Amino acid sequence: MQTLEHIISEHPFFVGLNASDLHLLAGCAKNVVFPPAGYILKEGEEANQFFLLRQGRVALEIFSPNRKPAVIETLGPGEIMGWSWLLHPYHWKFHARAIEQVRAIALDGKCLRKKCEENHDLGYELLKRFAKIIEHRLEATRLQLLDVYAAH
Amino acid sequence: MQLIDPASVDVPMLPVPFTVRSLVRETYDTFTFSLEPLNRSNSQTFQPGQFSMLWAFGIGEIPVSISGNSADSSSLTYTVRSVGQVSKALVHLKPQESVGVRGPFGTAWPVKEACGKDVVLVAGGIGLAPLRSVIYHVLSNRDHYGRLIIIYGTRTPRDLLFRKELAQWAKQPRTNVLTTVDSSGLSWRGHVGVVTNLFRYAQLNPSNSLAMICGPEVMMRFAARELETRGLPSPAIYLSMERNMKCAIGFCGHCQWGPHFICKDGPVFPYNRIRALTEHHEL
Repeated sequence: MQTLEHIISEHPFFVGLNASDLHLLAGCAKNVVFPPAGYILKEGEEANQFFLLRQGRVALEIFSPNRKPAVIETLGPGEIMGWSWLLHPYHWKFHARAIEQVRAIALDGKCLRKKCEENHDLGYELLKRFAKIIEHRLEATRLQLLDVYAAH
Repeated sequence: MQLIDPASVDVPMLPVPFTVRSLVRETYDTFTFSLEPLNRSNSQTFQPGQFSMLWAFGIGEIPVSISGNSADSSSLTYTVRSVGQVSKALVHLKPQESVGVRGPFGTAWPVKEACGKDVVLVAGGIGLAPLRSVIYHVLSNRDHYGRLIIIYGTRTPRDLLFRKELAQWAKQPRTNVLTTVDSSGLSWRGHVGVVTNLFRYAQLNPSNSLAMICGPEVMMRFAARELETRGLPSPAIYLSMERNMKCAIGFCGHCQWGPHFICKDGPVFPYNRIRALTEHHEL
């Protein structure tokens, strides 16, 4: 059976992280499973976790009055879900729903924030990796905003 | 008085009369129709990636990429989105009605250069139509190619083209079809996000792949960059460009793009030849 530390080390998000940092992360991690169609997190709720997706896909949804709810992005195996745990006031900005059964590693954000305050090298390393994800999603969002496939 | 058959003289500005053989509605605004020559001796062959100038008589002429099978010389197939006067007229044609055809024109997708390699097709919106000819070609010559990876993004689920064919292609051996939409309601179970998000699921082999990209220019620019980031060398990436083609033979200059005439030097270009132009705002 694979240890959590091993699973985390093989996830693309944490590739190349040193052994002591992986050990620290594993101390804040647990396996989680979500059934199809179930909500994993909801907008406005406290964000004290993030997820390394291992299996199944997740839809990020947004709701707005007088409009149909919309899926803004889907995430799948090998991806990271959630960075609101990293930034005050630690509240989710979207709903996340399992499209199919989702297996993931959940990392405790409170635990990690504490460890990052104590160990700035780990904090900086995590921040660099999250910044890369945020940059990628910002670029994708800009492209979506351009609505390039519309009949202009 | 004797009428001259335009095909009997080498005058590329004269349209050859074709008639509509069939018309298929793909989405609420996009149609695929097959044309056959009024005179069978006027049958035309084409290479995947080439385009024709289609005349809606009495209205005007537009360039349209050929979306059919290049092995079928009995007809020419086009997929048209109804957005302007001519395209609106074309999609309202009925079987046996006439259309003028000039061409085929332009450069082709590098299907010979892709032999022995994985073929990576990246399509955005109506850009899947010019790549469909490549898909037919690869599937008809399956042993000559490695994996066929079709990465297709469009606006919403109701804008997806060739739905049935996408499902059929996905069942073919060594073929991977990935589709995504920019936005959707809750009932869509596929991917949501930009087309470049799908690259991570494609398991690309950058050292032995050839990529062909067709779609809105900004989408192609981001897709080409992302492929390079993933290790594909720029000479192995091809783009199909679009500009305001009028004469289609490099005379009028309407489609001039830097030093190139899209109609004659393109529409298919290797990325390394045009990269600087794609990043130039004023062109």
